[in-house]
Amino acid sequence: MSLAHRIIPCLDVDAGRVVKGVEFEGLRDMGDPAELAARYNREGADELVVLDISASNQGRGTFLDTIRRVAEQLNIPLTAGGGIRTMEDGRAVLRAGADKVTVNTAAVKRPELLSELAQQFGAQAVVLSVDVKRKGNSWEPYTRGGRDATGMDAVAWAKEAVSRGAGEILLTSIDRDGTCSGFDCALTAALASAVPVPVIASGGASTFEDFLAVYTDGRADAALAASIFHTATHSISAMKKFLAERGVSVRLSR
Amino acid sequence: MKIAIVDYGAGNLPSVERALAKLGAQTERAIAPEQVASARAIVLPGVGHFAAFVNGLRERNLTSSLRDAFESGKPMLGICLGLQAMFASSEEAPGEPGLEFFPEEVRALPTTVKTPHIGWNQLRRTKPSRLLQNIPDDAYFYFAHSFAAPASAQFTVAACDHGFPFAAVIEGQNLAAVQFHPEKSGETGAQVLRNFLESVR
Repeated sequence: MSLAHRIIPCLDVDAGRVVKGVEFEGLRDMGDPAELAARYNREGADELVVLDISASNQGRGTFLDTIRRVAEQLNIPLTAGGGIRTMEDGRAVLRAGADKVTVNTAAVKRPELLSELAQQFGAQAVVLSVDVKRKGNSWEPYTRGGRDATGMDAVAWAKEAVSRGAGEILLTSIDRDGTCSGFDCALTAALASAVPVPVIASGGASTFEDFLAVYTDGRADAALAASIFHTATHSISAMKKFLAERGVSVRLSR
Repeated sequence: MKIAIVDYGAGNLPSVERALAKLGAQTERAIAPEQVASARAIVLPGVGHFAAFVNGLRERNLTSSLRDAFESGKPMLGICLGLQAMFASSEEAPGEPGLEFFPEEVRALPTTVKTPHIGWNQLRRTKPSRLLQNIPDDAYFYFAHSFAAPASAQFTVAACDHGFPFAAVIEGQNLAAVQFHPEKSGETGAQVLRNFLESVR
């Protein structure tokens, strides 16, 4: 009997469509969020993350509608976020059908937001999203989709966020994101051993071996990836079989 | 056959409603004691804080109608915080009485393990279970909680371990409760809800 290591596909959503950022090219359309959600639910995903990556706040209604459409397809947990600024933003996302809400920039600006959300909805519903770049021997969190440096230390920030009520950490390596060079296991292990909450690793996933490494060397509780699943390069069930054969506890689909 | 889903003012009711509707059940949100009294069966879902939950029930005058329903043997299913609320009290909110169906206190998961306990875990079955019928012993269920009732609670039929052995499934005469989220536990969770609906019929 043991807690399974979660595999979490992520849908980056802009204007109601799943997109993938391509360097110098802008965004590429990857499909309909509800259709992809239904597929991942069927294929044995352990959870789904939906992130609003549209730069402005104008598409808020569209994003909530996307959450509703996605939630209808799922009988697994749903995490949603991107641009959550206030308690009311968080409430709207949860009301639309998400089980957890992720917060990044607004929590850096005003850490009390984490406590407020946790008091209202419980720590299990509050996920701190931390986007980091390596800086010497440590990692620095960035806000606004990787644009603004915070001057903080990622491990110290994660610890503070947990003490304020974050129940989970979604940790993205900006250095690795989109590179297909594997998760940053040193980063993930440093954070996972420092905080008493589950850590979801993100950024750089390409192969089955990358997932194996982040669950073992990286000590991650869960790992997230987007494009490798969207393009059907990898099926989740094949990945789980690979991991199970190597002694990693995973939930095998029935 | 109407199933009342108790609406205490917070919580993610749509996913529970959707899961039950997919299995053909007719549900309504109960915000008043009469709805609890007239329902064929009651589902008590919940997420968030123990105090918010029991205060929400009290503000809607639902506490005594739920106790009446329990005593009259009306079928009831508690989910997550809904299970915890059936106990006498919780370390999460000292001094706040629960529904008091069971005498134990709900306790915080210890700091020796990652808390909240979030993710898919397996069960250790200790007694025959109606809710777990037709579900393999090694199946996984989705948990998301920081507090739990001790597995030594009298009506525990399946336990889970995270820091200490806790009650994952409770079954009394007409009452059932689960610490995991059946509405989030894929096909396995759907089977749990199907088993509950069977027992109501």
